[in-house]
Amino acid sequence: METFEVIQPGPLTTIQDLGRYGYQQYGVPPSGALDNYAFRIGNLLVGNEESAASLEITLFGCQLRVLQDTTVAVTGADLSATLNGNSIPMWEIIPVRRGDIIAFPLPKSGCRVYLAVTGGIDVPLVMSSAATYTRASIGGLDGRALRKGDVLQTGKPVPAPTRARVPSEYIPLYQQQVELRVMLGPQDNCFTEDGIRTFLQSEYTVSTQADRMGYRLEGPKIQHRETADIISDGIPLGAVQVPGDGLPIILLADRQTTGGYTKIATAISVDIPKLAQAKPDDKVRFRQVSEDEALIALQEYEQKINTVGRLLRDTNH
Amino acid sequence: MIYEEPRFLTGGDKSIFVEFGDAIDPKLNRRVRHLKLSIEKASIPGIIETVPTYRSLLVYFEPLQINARKLRAMLYSLVQSLVESEIPKPKLIEIPTVYGDEYGPDLEFVATHNGLSTSEVIKLHTGTPYLIYMIGFIPGFPYLGGMSPRIATPRLETPRTKIPAGSVGIAGSQTGIYPAESPGGWRLIGRTPLQLFDPRREPPALFQAGDCLNFISITPQEFKSIKESVEQGTYLVKETLLERGENGNF
Repeated sequence: METFEVIQPGPLTTIQDLGRYGYQQYGVPPSGALDNYAFRIGNLLVGNEESAASLEITLFGCQLRVLQDTTVAVTGADLSATLNGNSIPMWEIIPVRRGDIIAFPLPKSGCRVYLAVTGGIDVPLVMSSAATYTRASIGGLDGRALRKGDVLQTGKPVPAPTRARVPSEYIPLYQQQVELRVMLGPQDNCFTEDGIRTFLQSEYTVSTQADRMGYRLEGPKIQHRETADIISDGIPLGAVQVPGDGLPIILLADRQTTGGYTKIATAISVDIPKLAQAKPDDKVRFRQVSEDEALIALQEYEQKINTVGRLLRDTNH
Repeated sequence: MIYEEPRFLTGGDKSIFVEFGDAIDPKLNRRVRHLKLSIEKASIPGIIETVPTYRSLLVYFEPLQINARKLRAMLYSLVQSLVESEIPKPKLIEIPTVYGDEYGPDLEFVATHNGLSTSEVIKLHTGTPYLIYMIGFIPGFPYLGGMSPRIATPRLETPRTKIPAGSVGIAGSQTGIYPAESPGGWRLIGRTPLQLFDPRREPPALFQAGDCLNFISITPQEFKSIKESVEQGTYLVKETLLERGENGNF
């Protein structure tokens, strides 16, 4: 079913799901939605599986024409979403009709918005995933970002949940100061004590080199003991790599799968969405947590998503 | 050097590195491959995927299915139970390659730089199997070990903006193959008609870390006919199982 036509793609609109697993051994990164929370909630709102393919829209300028009546939900960044020029609420179900125009004219907070649609965006799976990895032209629509004139197919509509809106306490605030919880390692032993102190106590600024591959930060230099180079090893999601210039780079979904720079720490998984919504000039601080604290944070995060799913399906309200 | 005990390094809340040493060494790399294969055999619930590299294995897991402490204990006992003689044999894959001319515009330079003739360069480059230590950088790119130091050549001072897929090159003491068209500074000595990486193929790469490959010199006519059968999907990649002890270190 042809459901959307791209009038304007904006700077980067891609089809994403929860990622492609099992192929990093061949040099293929997972890709997938950068803001895992907003993405999953969007799908729950329209009644999809959490992993159904949706659009990840960046910053401003994206405009879509609706080609047939359907149901969508807008989650993630506040990019002043409009329907036919009138502003529409986020984090709730929006019925749209053939001929309607959905637009994202202006970023207010955050930088990535998710447009979930009932039935999900329908594209052929590549290595079992719809996620787009533009650098190697894998997945999504012909492996690339959307262009003007593209027509998007969607799957068979699914029944919407009984409740149409995410309660406000489950809606994240995207702030311009981000605190990322990190676990030290794998190569924290390659840094001086001063270097680790600098890393944990300084405020860093998101540079203009910030994309789906990683965020390069600016700020105080982190001191290595001897060298910034290691024999290349794997790179986890959220790894904080510090090359010879002493400035941290946080690696995200489209990261290279292996690399030869020291990694001082790794951001915990539940904090990745906060960074994914940060824009150039936003501030980042790091706070060290233990393995147990990280596990508790992950349990809470998953419980929160489960609760939202339950509340949306709940008929007694 | 190989550590006496493997080191478990933290990769955040969802991954663990098992590091066997701190050198580029076929013996170490074999341990990495062996652990990867035994994890696959054990099919431990909660392990998402593993990424083998020169001297460590990165293990991605879901902490709500298996917590890190338990996983480390399981990995430790798997490492202890690795028996060298039981490791499955790696593959040796033939990479047919045309050397020189427009296929390898830097072949002359590599020869002159090393005081050799072009046919001596080809002989040295095809004369030895290469160990695939890992795949990374871009999808399907093999990091190879085992090149003769006699053909080592520095990179181009100014990288080319466009290198055709299948190009075989030398950078310092390393050799490699570009799986896709990309920019790059390697000295190009030849090109293979094989498609090293195809997202629609399962598995998408022709080889895995721990396998070996051999370059075979072919003529431009053979290149053309192999390329045609690769495109039609009828080409059978030539591969054999590699006996341990054969070919030196592998």
